[in-house]
Amino acid sequence: MAEKSPQELIQIDLDPPKKNWMDPSVDFESRRGTWSYPGGVKSIEYMNYANPREWSPTDEDWQLPDNWQQIIHEGFKERLGKYRSLRVFMETCVRCGACADKCHFFIGSGDPKNMPVLRSELLRSIYRNDFTLAGKLLGVFGGGRKLTQEVLKEWFYYFFQCTECRRCSVYCPYGIDTAEVTMMARELMMLVGLNINWICEPVANCQRTGNHLGIQPHTFKDNIEFLCEELEDDLGIHVDPQINKKGADILFIIPSADYFADPGTYTFVGYLMLFQQLGLSYTMSAYASEGGNFGLFTSHDTIKKLNYKIYHEAKRLGVKWILGGECGHMWRVMHQYMDTMNGPTDFLEVPRSPITGTVFENARSTKMVHICEFTADLIRNKKIKLDPSRNDRYRVTFHDSCNPARALGLFDEPRYILNSVCNNFYEMPENTIREQTFCCAGGAGLGNDENMEMRLRGGLPRGNALKYVQDKHDVNLMSCICAIDRATLPPLADYWAPGVEISGVHELLANALVMDGEPERKLNLRGEPLKEETEDTTDV
Amino acid sequence: MGALVSLVAVAVLALLAVTAVASDDLRLVFGAVIPGVAFAVFLVGIVARVIRWARAPVPFRIPTTAGQQKSLPWIKNSEFDNPSGFLGVMGRMFLEVLFFRSLFRNTRVELISDREKVNYIGTKYLWAAGMAFHWSMLIVVFRHFRFFVEPVPRVVEMVQVLDGFFKVGVPVIYATSVLLIVSLAYLLLRRLADAKVKYISLPTDYFALYLLLGIAISGFLMRHLEKVDIVNVKAAIAGWASFQLVTPEGVGALYFIHVFLVSVLLVYFPFSKLLHAPGVFLSPTRNLANNNRAKRHINPWNPPIVGHTYAEWEEEFHDKLVASGFVLDKE
Repeated sequence: MAEKSPQELIQIDLDPPKKNWMDPSVDFESRRGTWSYPGGVKSIEYMNYANPREWSPTDEDWQLPDNWQQIIHEGFKERLGKYRSLRVFMETCVRCGACADKCHFFIGSGDPKNMPVLRSELLRSIYRNDFTLAGKLLGVFGGGRKLTQEVLKEWFYYFFQCTECRRCSVYCPYGIDTAEVTMMARELMMLVGLNINWICEPVANCQRTGNHLGIQPHTFKDNIEFLCEELEDDLGIHVDPQINKKGADILFIIPSADYFADPGTYTFVGYLMLFQQLGLSYTMSAYASEGGNFGLFTSHDTIKKLNYKIYHEAKRLGVKWILGGECGHMWRVMHQYMDTMNGPTDFLEVPRSPITGTVFENARSTKMVHICEFTADLIRNKKIKLDPSRNDRYRVTFHDSCNPARALGLFDEPRYILNSVCNNFYEMPENTIREQTFCCAGGAGLGNDENMEMRLRGGLPRGNALKYVQDKHDVNLMSCICAIDRATLPPLADYWAPGVEISGVHELLANALVMDGEPERKLNLRGEPLKEETEDTTDV
Repeated sequence: MGALVSLVAVAVLALLAVTAVASDDLRLVFGAVIPGVAFAVFLVGIVARVIRWARAPVPFRIPTTAGQQKSLPWIKNSEFDNPSGFLGVMGRMFLEVLFFRSLFRNTRVELISDREKVNYIGTKYLWAAGMAFHWSMLIVVFRHFRFFVEPVPRVVEMVQVLDGFFKVGVPVIYATSVLLIVSLAYLLLRRLADAKVKYISLPTDYFALYLLLGIAISGFLMRHLEKVDIVNVKAAIAGWASFQLVTPEGVGALYFIHVFLVSVLLVYFPFSKLLHAPGVFLSPTRNLANNNRAKRHINPWNPPIVGHTYAEWEEEFHDKLVASGFVLDKE
């Protein structure tokens, strides 16, 4: 994407073309940079998914099974019987257009099929043709289409151009959730072997090693020990990471990116510093070494399969309850799916903070608490000492990640923490935060490099809002509570708002955390001086 | 194109109804038989559809949260945008169904490419037109009870008096009659004039609007232009309300157009997007509480899927675990 400057990329025409949307056509060759590579044979075979083969979307022949139409038709029918959501969402849309300009991919591309309404119509037109009387009688007049190979190619292009962020569903008068529609479409495509590698490979890795990145247990341990040694070398702070420790009070689940790559690692170290200071009885797990769950972008069955290890490991280790780190889609799974799929959890206790005594009533059944809830409670009860001036080199804003925002409503907990740990906090414009927040455009498996043009396009609304506070308040750090964000926002910020860095919330917390017996802090977790060196005004 | 096809379709339907004036037999068919059948199809169709929805399971609790969750006691939650229980859900549904709360949030994106600015501007036109149309429609339908029930219920009379508050014209022009036609006209023009909305519109979207406009305008003209004989109308309607076929007498073409288009609407309703009316009550992103972690939701078809167990994992990585000094379950 180096070839197009932001000034060029933003020349977007939001007015739709003349051509009727019902005529399908996607030229994959000319649209390189806006789609993802297909799932690799090895991963697909490992997961026993359908139709493993080498293929490319630019191929004329996608090597589908001979009866692919029948497979999809039957899969569709089965899901209509299993999900009220699908049935209602297929039948209630009135095409009022309220959602049309709410999608970050539409705003950044002007491609009309990125309007949520049309994304759903891609599926709905087939629904009408296959399953409704009016669709059968009226044909195109009634909005029905036959499922041709061209339509299927369009499905592949546009349902892997949705990050399942649910922003459109906030505005829909019937609550139609495009994420749900996309999930169904992806499940149907899986049945005939249409999927992308950035999803399939993490899924296969996760099934085998326990985490998306395929980090094996010895490396898991080495990575964590390395990060702790670095902390000791740089800041002189010692922490004892706990791994696979039976009988600990709390199982701590994190997204694997946090112990793998910057800037997530700073947040990871931040968690450990907090636990060390508290003397918390916790353990991480080299087996349940991933909170994230790319099953969410694959199929409901895969969600359940990958999520299985969480309660399984909690039971094996004999912990009382589970604490979860900063991750977006992980929290959608933990909050909306885990207990239903893999509960009940009669072997765990209702979470109670051993430090403050607070009982987390909102997690009474799943027994899993978000670390921002845990930490906000600590701060409120004055159980930790904070020196916010240690974050004075930062002028901070907060990006609400899609899932904590629109699947939980976790808005004030992270803000409470941020306002306690830094002195300079600024909100982005109100139509771009909280429940109206814009996606990083790299979620739901789309955060790969071959899709970079689409990521930067979809990142325009977030990037532009960030630029706004950068210009107005000199913001130089955007904090967030999502591991995918921490991987996908840096290139987005470099492109749309150069000079802004990305961090987790617990990185800033750890900077401000006053630990017992710590040496004087001169550097933050990134090894930068706590205060911007003041310009030397005297002549030398 | 779709707009034109639909206009022609509704016009043909209206003309079809006009033929009824000519013959006694057709008057009976268009004035009594068709409306009766249409009403039956409407009732059965809607009930069947809602039952089919209601019978489809809700495997997961997936509310869209549009406000602060209920977590720690000192953090104020927004109960109507992110309900924590039954009462909150009732509140959310009440605001959604009666006041279109989600639509009220609507914004319009404005992209100023030269200045590299993206703005989001609150816009209430669609919400206002939607509210005006649906509420007027409700009141207009309610007012029609004076044709169905004898004596006319007090509350219907009261609504009529309020609706005719402005006392313009003889007979009085009801505010909702005007609002109904104006809001429908706005929704139609918006569909034609807004490039994005035009692009996403299906022929059936126009069909519903033309049909409703045809009904509203023919009804309005009947009252204010033709001034049909209410006594005759009432006699005809009383007929089919008591399951007797009475040929409507002393009424003109407008009456037949009106009644026939209403019949078409009733038949069309259960098979079309007009189902959004009952659908909104059953939408899983709106009618469920966000208490997932506090109260376990049951999936009636939860498949028996087991993941990679710890034992399998330990076996696969056994040597590496030993070399890294992990304590194993199985030595």
